[in-house]
Amino acid sequence: MDINSIFINTAQALFSPVTIAFAMAALGLAIHFGFVGLLNFGIAGFMAVGAYGYAISTLTFGFPWWAAFLASMAASALFAVILGIPTLQLRGDYLAIVTIAAAEIVRLLLLSTTWIKTTGSADGLVAYADDFRSINPFPDGTYGFGPWSYTANQFWVLIFALIVLALAALLLWRLVRSPWGRVIKGIREDEDAVRALGKNVFAYKMQALVVGGIVAGLGGALYVLPSSANPMLFATSLTFFVWTALLLGGAATVFGPLLGAVIFWVLQAFLGSLLPAMADAGLLGALSSAQAGALRFVLVGILLVVIVIVRPQGIVGDKRELTFVRK
Amino acid sequence: MSGSKPLKRTPQKSTGLHIGDASPGVKKVDPILVADHVSRKFGGLVAVDVEHVEIPRGAITALIGPNGAGKTTLFNLLTGFDKPDTGTWSFSGKDLAGVPAHKVAKMGQVRTFQLTKALGLLTVLENMKLGAKDQTGESLFQSIFPFLWKKQEAEIEERALEILERFKLLKLKDDFAASLSGGQRKLLEMARALMTKPTLVMLDEPMAGVNPALTESLLEHILDLKTEGMTVLFVEHDMHMVRHIADWVIVMAEGRIIAEGPPEDVMKDEAVVDAYLGSHQDVDLGVVTGRITLPKGEK
Amino acid sequence: MSSATAEKHTFLARGMKMFLIAILAFAGVLFASPAMADTVGDEYENKILGNVKNEGTPLQGVKIIVEGNGYTAEVVTDGDGKWSIGVPEAGSYLITLVEDTLPEGIAVLEGGATQTVEWGFTNTVVWNFFIGEGERNPTSQLDQFFMRVFAGLNFGLLLGLAAIGLSLVFGTTALPNFAHGEMVTMGALFTLFLTLAGVPLLLSFPLAVALSALFGWGLDAAIWAPLRARGVGIVQLMIVSIGLSLTFRYITQAFLGGGTEQLPGALGSPEIPIFRTVSLSVNDLISMGVSLVVLIAFAFWLLRSKMGKATRAVSDNADLAAASGINVDQVIRVVWIMAGGLAGLAGILWAYFRPGLKWDMGEKILLFIFAAGVLGGLGTAFGAFVGAMIVGVLIETSAQFIPSDLKYVGALLVMIIILLFRPQGILGRRERIG
Repeated sequence: MDINSIFINTAQALFSPVTIAFAMAALGLAIHFGFVGLLNFGIAGFMAVGAYGYAISTLTFGFPWWAAFLASMAASALFAVILGIPTLQLRGDYLAIVTIAAAEIVRLLLLSTTWIKTTGSADGLVAYADDFRSINPFPDGTYGFGPWSYTANQFWVLIFALIVLALAALLLWRLVRSPWGRVIKGIREDEDAVRALGKNVFAYKMQALVVGGIVAGLGGALYVLPSSANPMLFATSLTFFVWTALLLGGAATVFGPLLGAVIFWVLQAFLGSLLPAMADAGLLGALSSAQAGALRFVLVGILLVVIVIVRPQGIVGDKRELTFVRK
Repeated sequence: MSGSKPLKRTPQKSTGLHIGDASPGVKKVDPILVADHVSRKFGGLVAVDVEHVEIPRGAITALIGPNGAGKTTLFNLLTGFDKPDTGTWSFSGKDLAGVPAHKVAKMGQVRTFQLTKALGLLTVLENMKLGAKDQTGESLFQSIFPFLWKKQEAEIEERALEILERFKLLKLKDDFAASLSGGQRKLLEMARALMTKPTLVMLDEPMAGVNPALTESLLEHILDLKTEGMTVLFVEHDMHMVRHIADWVIVMAEGRIIAEGPPEDVMKDEAVVDAYLGSHQDVDLGVVTGRITLPKGEK
Repeated sequence: MSSATAEKHTFLARGMKMFLIAILAFAGVLFASPAMADTVGDEYENKILGNVKNEGTPLQGVKIIVEGNGYTAEVVTDGDGKWSIGVPEAGSYLITLVEDTLPEGIAVLEGGATQTVEWGFTNTVVWNFFIGEGERNPTSQLDQFFMRVFAGLNFGLLLGLAAIGLSLVFGTTALPNFAHGEMVTMGALFTLFLTLAGVPLLLSFPLAVALSALFGWGLDAAIWAPLRARGVGIVQLMIVSIGLSLTFRYITQAFLGGGTEQLPGALGSPEIPIFRTVSLSVNDLISMGVSLVVLIAFAFWLLRSKMGKATRAVSDNADLAAASGINVDQVIRVVWIMAGGLAGLAGILWAYFRPGLKWDMGEKILLFIFAAGVLGGLGTAFGAFVGAMIVGVLIETSAQFIPSDLKYVGALLVMIIILLFRPQGILGRRERIG
């Protein structure tokens, strides 16, 4: 077993654009579920809209990188509004079903050959990051040390993603501590009480849906920025992985989704390297290395079940603040 | 029922609130709320069917009636928490039918709930601050910049602490509302409602589930509302409380208003006694409320 | 709640104009000009390709549809009459030449416009249609429609088997079971293992169904019942079901890998002409027959047997049922056993319908099982059946009018609309809601 490569893979997941993008998605979901209590099982749909929003505005409309980011955010906001207007009043379990279906519709639309010139259908889209790379302030060379070595382009994506994440986290932190956050907290517990005090509950929920949607959409854009956009990336499983990360860290906190995302991806990378190596070394019986790789997602499923029952507030959450736990 | 508890002070009753004889739907000298033809059916059941009712300004009005009379439903309709089948009503001259609940509250008509809605996951102080109107920090874009709302927040906190002091909840200000007793939560809900600077305070069974020791303090607070110029409308079952502090009483049964007047007069009204005690036990309550008309000759 | 609706109207009044314009623009871009490529699926290694020529002259603009293993794609012949479609896996596919896109007076001469191709040893399959002057059956569109209706009925029946279980679980425990897809996969998986272990096919089927029922029993005994006893909230239970779905799906992937397996006899089932040019394969007929028999038997059980009646009572109103002496926990256990068995059977039929067994085959139809249950009314078994038939036929026949790779979108939209405007579905009752 190559301990070294296992270590390198795991360490790299700590500072990877994928991890950061995932943290953004978890942050967006934290706004939806952690803070407002919306059962959004379609977060992958928001990520897809954000990702393709960036890619399509670059490739089809020739937007420069900053306009493409703005277009991506606008697309996510629009998706949130279209989804929210009819569904924000739905009770929890129905909202869950509707959001899964909505995300799947987005994926099917992107997969269809009908708009293949714009979406690339099953082949997806590539080569939309050129303008972004052109503004790379870091000259050619290698950056970092040890397992964290990056080319100039990789480093640029990483730094950029970190900045966006920091801004998003700061924004959320400010929001949560503000009077707006106080209203949201009240809404999560009892909408009617907040209504009786003169607050337009629907407007607040919609605002939260849009803000969370934009954050998750940016996560989607960052997810595909270093590579390619493909409908297969945004399947329902992605939503469930984001949920696992969120619950693991702490759904109703700002730091929780970040922590959960990092732990999730580091674990993924670790097991993704370890298990196949163990299989190759014959430690897992007749399992091939490909089959062993699938085992890590089995563990994710088990982890999700255990967390939500045994410690639903996650690592950094406060049990007293939870509204979805019944005794 | 406990015997009548004398309050520390004798409430100054308002009189001369009505025009003409005291009967259901009588006009008031200075009504703050006027409602016409308000009706609400659930399936085949008539929950509310009120021809006309006016709530006098600056007075304490009690809305009483047996269980199922439609009092809470009427509350829900008038405050925008439920949609009527028919009806129009106006608050200080402003048409309110169809106006959403939060707008109604913004206009100065605030209500509390039968099952207290003290937000347990917020602290007592946070509950109070939530009640304040026009805090710019509650708007999404402004909330990100604390310097825009910090001063307002301090002012709101000051006012909140004042009210909490009055309600004797100051010591508990940083406790989660969930850890308060039932009676304390009722007080918190009332205190929080005051933060909205209301003109009309509608209390849905403020005494329900409160231990008798706290009753007096609650009554005092309601009287204070009137002293400060607010109008109060409350739903209650406790007749002693009603007799002590209500200036005007409206009696509902089976969705209709069957009597109105000062407490002493209403208590003696035969229709009211029937509604509660059923002394005409062999006759349907509907005869009393006018829902059923008996053929001539029958009683 | 009127307050919420009125709040919404306030919000909408302020933003409506702006959003309407944005939405219309978005829709405009979406539906501007559907484009088709000469080659599709370039990223896949496996390709099906061919030439369409009329007596040596290449025909351009002829539409070819390839369907199979859960994958659908269309392509149009280029100036040289050539077409190529990449497919995700080497398996059995149905190639259809859409005769309406041929020039007038030209038709497919031999073999028919629809062909089944099997995979060989390389990663390309070539198929050339024999074109010539001929009478195209002028009503082939109608026949195509009938074929789709039958496919829809077949699909709807197997969806119904799965949806009934889902609906009853929801009715008796208030849980939308997001792991139901995996219960479907289990049936096919058990069958595969049994046949690989040498068990004769006709025995494998009932055994696999029994194992699936056991699986359902196990889920309730080990997980759901203890959680219910603990009073765990419904949101947590939903998330548990998601965790279970991930767990079982990836266990399946660990065993099966990413490829497609076939159950014995799934390929090459002889076609039996029914009427005009409509034909059904023997597998299709058996599948529909089995579904019908099982559904009727289940209906009998639900209506006549003591446990069946108790199940309906609990699904209707658990508290009332408990008050009248019914052992609710026992009923729920039976429901999970039934749900497991029915879902397992659905999985076997689904493996023959696609055709193909894949690790995520259950997940692929999970949302349609939900759509069926929602449309019919979650909590009522008959509703689930009705909903499933409608969803099945809707999905298959919609391919007649919209691009075939969008046929699933319709069913999902219907489900969303039902949840918004009539959440109790067709046969459900209003009181269930909210």
